[in-house]
Amino acid sequence: MPQKNIRDAINETLKLEMRRDPRVVVIGEDVVGGLGGSSGVEEAAGGTFGVTAGLAAEFGRRRVIDTPITESAIIGMAGGAALTGLRPVAELMFIDFIGVCFDQILNQIAKFRYMFGGKARVPVVIRTMTGAGLGTGPQHSQSLYNMLANVPGIKVVLPSNAYDAKGLLTTAIRDDDPVIFCENKAMYLDACEVPDESYTIPFGQAAITRPGSDVTVVALSRMVTLANQVADKLAGEGIRVEVVDPRTISPLDTATILGSVQKTGRLVAVDECNPVCSFASELVSLAACEAYDALQAAPVKVTAPHTPVPAAPDLEQYYVPSLARIEEAIRNTLGGSTASARKVV
Amino acid sequence: MSYDPIMLLDAYRRMRAIREFEERMRREVQAGTVPGFVHLYCGEEAIAVGACMHLQDTDYIGSTHRGHGHCIAKGCDIEGLLLEIYCKQGGLCNGKGGSMHMADLNKGMLGANAIVGGAPPIAIGAALTAQVLGNRGVALAFIGDGASNQGTVFESMHMATVHKLPMIFMYENNGYAEFSGASWHLGGGDITRRAGGFGMPAVKVDGTDFFAVYDAMAEAVRRARDGEGPSSIEAVAMRWYGHFEGDMQTYRKKGEVDELRKTSDPLPKFEERATREFGLGVEELREIDEELREIIDEAVDVAKAAPKPLAPELYTDVYGSY
Repeated sequence: MPQKNIRDAINETLKLEMRRDPRVVVIGEDVVGGLGGSSGVEEAAGGTFGVTAGLAAEFGRRRVIDTPITESAIIGMAGGAALTGLRPVAELMFIDFIGVCFDQILNQIAKFRYMFGGKARVPVVIRTMTGAGLGTGPQHSQSLYNMLANVPGIKVVLPSNAYDAKGLLTTAIRDDDPVIFCENKAMYLDACEVPDESYTIPFGQAAITRPGSDVTVVALSRMVTLANQVADKLAGEGIRVEVVDPRTISPLDTATILGSVQKTGRLVAVDECNPVCSFASELVSLAACEAYDALQAAPVKVTAPHTPVPAAPDLEQYYVPSLARIEEAIRNTLGGSTASARKVV
Repeated sequence: MSYDPIMLLDAYRRMRAIREFEERMRREVQAGTVPGFVHLYCGEEAIAVGACMHLQDTDYIGSTHRGHGHCIAKGCDIEGLLLEIYCKQGGLCNGKGGSMHMADLNKGMLGANAIVGGAPPIAIGAALTAQVLGNRGVALAFIGDGASNQGTVFESMHMATVHKLPMIFMYENNGYAEFSGASWHLGGGDITRRAGGFGMPAVKVDGTDFFAVYDAMAEAVRRARDGEGPSSIEAVAMRWYGHFEGDMQTYRKKGEVDELRKTSDPLPKFEERATREFGLGVEELREIDEELREIIDEAVDVAKAAPKPLAPELYTDVYGSY
């Protein structure tokens, strides 16, 4: 099976879905790239990281809709187009930019179906980049999907590898509900085996990326990679870590998570979001409320601190959960201590 | 311009329906029978109807919190609207939208919208669909003078210009943004000049004159259907009632509305010209009045008596699948 990185897997998925359904359109800043530039080279970019390269050449500019920098209009237009018969894949370049278009997501797109009494379908996908680690600072590095998972009416998807990225994006484009599809910007070149043909991965089905029986680690997006590495390391010491990747946080596969916690009696929630009212908190709440009797130790959260993302790489390395912090949290929960998990430095 | 008498009768019917509907809603709000906020459209009837007479069910409108008139002008069912305003089973949105979120996609009505400036980005999406599908459809956003100050509106005008979308920005300058007068809240003082600054044709008309709105729309719709891009129309028509029904309107001088009723009521203005120049009969108009009064009386009775949504309905329609 061919190896593909996440960027190429997403690009391939967009092409396959656009070939399959003429109602699928792509909308966003520089998704063609280079329009109006002095070089005269159109399609100079194909997206900031090249994710939409080649789409305009194959499908034309009527379906690959480059836009000015105007996020409210991009997201709102995509929502209105979805209401009226298209299946847009809009790009919100960085999830941080949600601040300038949140009304269109929160009050419009998320609510159409409900406030119109079930008489609207809103098949729109919003692809967006998340994550710290590249030194891009407070306004280009956040992981704000927590906030989105709190909004009824939208689905929130976070692939952790190229295979899942393709299957989940295919599902997202074919889904009749709004989907926020979060791509970690530090992972685009991460590769694994990805089939050439289309396939779907259902939402609300977690993947167990490492089976184990001593402790459950639930992680998302790039944190899955880190959790897997820690699990592999600790396996050498006979510590059997089970890593659960929910893949979608809305809907959330609570059954798989609870099943794992009931088996291991221990939970480490690893997430790059800020910790207050967060996905990690939700996991701890889930374990406390629904697996209380099975718990053998207090659940532990390994998250970013309650700070913005610093630009300085020397500080950012402490912001993002690290291999060392994940490992320490696992060891602590096995030893019954959680004190050190709360401080990152 | 010539006007088909059948079209004119239909236009009169829709304007009268809006007036009758809104006056009745006013009495019902005052009597305490209506839940939530209600924003009445009296005085602005000629704008919605002048615009929507040019639109088919396959064309789309985005609306505002003051949306009853837009819904009626676009052909939404009166009883369905009333059931919705009363939040009852069988309402256009099964009671989950209410007055400020009424929608009927089968009629090309993309929803009243309780976020000021919320609808234009959605409406340009409907225009995009028409452009991508190449079906000669158009979309229109009703935008109040208050909403004209929102960034979403500027972004939508700009995007429509860049992509030459089949889009009409219909500004309803009714003089007030909630409690603030346009003479103060409108920086630069001129919506039409702003819209023109985006590079689209922008005209200003008397929004109490059906014929003025209708004529301006004719050209805007032609441009849109012919792929020539967006247009802006600013229709000026003061609202007769408060921002919401119940608003004490201490910001308005006494007698302002009485004067408006006397001098710029869109219905007598329409009737005078339609009967004098285009042969409509006064008697047939009175018959329409009577018929609409009965229709609305009956629909209000139906809405009041209709069953409320059942508790399990709380959970339905959040997602198609989850």
